[in-house]
Amino acid sequence: MLITSIGQGLLWAPLVIGVFLTFRILDIPDLTTEGSFPLGAAITISTMLNGQSALTASLLGFLGGCAAGWVTGMLDTKLKMPSLLAGILTMTGLYSINMHIMGRANVPLLDQKVLTNYLPAGWSLDVQTILIGGIITTLVVLSLVWLFQTRLGLSLMATGNNAAMSAANGIYTDRMVIIGYMLSNGLIALSGGLIAQSNGYADIGMGIGTIVIGLASVLVGEIFLHGRKIWIRLTGMVVGAIIYRYLLTLAMGMGFPVNDLKILSAVILVIVICLPMLQTKYQTKRQLNRYLKQIGVEQNVTNRHPERTTTTESLLPGNQQRTARFEERELDD
Amino acid sequence: MNLTIEPGDFVSVIGNNGAGKSTLLNTIAGTLTPDAGELMVAGHRVTKRSVAYRSRWVSRVFQDPKMGTAGELSVAQNLTLAEKHTGSLSLRRYRRADQAKRYATLLASLNMGLEHRLTTQVKYLSGGQRQALSLLMATLSQPQLLLLDEHTAALDPQTSKEVMALTEAIVTKQHLTTMMITHKLSDALTYGNRLVMVQDGQIKLDVRGEAKARLQASDLMGLFSD
Repeated sequence: MLITSIGQGLLWAPLVIGVFLTFRILDIPDLTTEGSFPLGAAITISTMLNGQSALTASLLGFLGGCAAGWVTGMLDTKLKMPSLLAGILTMTGLYSINMHIMGRANVPLLDQKVLTNYLPAGWSLDVQTILIGGIITTLVVLSLVWLFQTRLGLSLMATGNNAAMSAANGIYTDRMVIIGYMLSNGLIALSGGLIAQSNGYADIGMGIGTIVIGLASVLVGEIFLHGRKIWIRLTGMVVGAIIYRYLLTLAMGMGFPVNDLKILSAVILVIVICLPMLQTKYQTKRQLNRYLKQIGVEQNVTNRHPERTTTTESLLPGNQQRTARFEERELDD
Repeated sequence: MNLTIEPGDFVSVIGNNGAGKSTLLNTIAGTLTPDAGELMVAGHRVTKRSVAYRSRWVSRVFQDPKMGTAGELSVAQNLTLAEKHTGSLSLRRYRRADQAKRYATLLASLNMGLEHRLTTQVKYLSGGQRQALSLLMATLSQPQLLLLDEHTAALDPQTSKEVMALTEAIVTKQHLTTMMITHKLSDALTYGNRLVMVQDGQIKLDVRGEAKARLQASDLMGLFSD
């Protein structure tokens, strides 16, 4: 079961990394995901049915996703739409486009060679999936690690962090945002193409809930692996994708009906959003107690004194990072 | 309004709240586009150009220390961004061999202990340190025009004084053309060779050189109350 989750998780990893790019690097919640994921699947399966190799088809899927990202990026930057609305518009429009590409709601592969068929037929499907997923994910992670060492990557990070400062330093922030959308949705579509090959079909409804899956995996990944270095963060995304798949497989193994998986995804997302907050609260309380004991004050600090908790927070080294992050979020609003 | 800033000028701009100081500065920086009129920077017509386009000539230090730097990025990364000779679409590695040493020397000149914190994320620095870093970044690529937007207003009195002294030192050393908005009359009188007072979107007073040096705070107060 774990082995299957690893394989599937690796196929989902490009999607999680794509969501990470917009959500974490550019600080944009991008809903295009729900449209670009099935777009990748539709393009990949259709071009394979038209005789293209699985590799070419997957790359075309990636490019299709980039195009979808470009549209959202233009709506966001040039037409100054709120990014949520821009994503919703592209996603809605993509439904029709995906239907046109596929011709009907569900298109199965016939006897076309998918990527895993390039490997020796004697190997088990799990091993094949892990190898193909692993190779592609490694390539994606390595390219992004390289990208974020270049001036372009630095400009992308700066744009997401402080757009006014970036513009003042000569970065055309609109371009950066569009590039970010394109890369992100390209990877999401790539993931869609891989999943479609693994399932053996493309389906018009396969995008539903992918943004929740993506966000939950990003947050799960950050709980397990956190650091400032970009390769650690990207590896965290891969780990997040795998663990998330494993959680779903576990749930299904416990007899969870397939139709209820979406609500489970939503609940998991809520939990992983709340978990770090509760963790911080608990740590703060513990450290505050320890600090007060050190300076000789009789403790018993509970949550009945929230104002004291907040004022002492900044004195405690372990919490500085989180505190600073929250402060900055408030200022951003 | 018609205002010409000569090369080498250090102009202090004062005026009531709502007088139009910030509008003036934002129009020069490019965050606001004028409804009518013309704006030239270093001989280039930039009236409708973007902030990023103008940045090759115009640098800016914001009022809010958090605005001028990217908090999630390290001190060194922030400085790299300020080196504008590389385009932001460049696919070359941004870390260079000599970088750390060069940045350390630059930061040491600020006297804020930043030279040991090259890899620290900027969000962990104090307001004064962030503002000094902003100042260093704004002047790193020898801008034709340096805009200071009440850049000491958010700092405590002591730090404010230090940052102001630092500004003076850098501007003098690099012969920068500077425009500084300030609410502190004493700073406007002490620093710079020219003083412009803005009121109701018009220039009410424009003195330079000798006349500016003779100016007293009481003269200005009189003008404010008119």
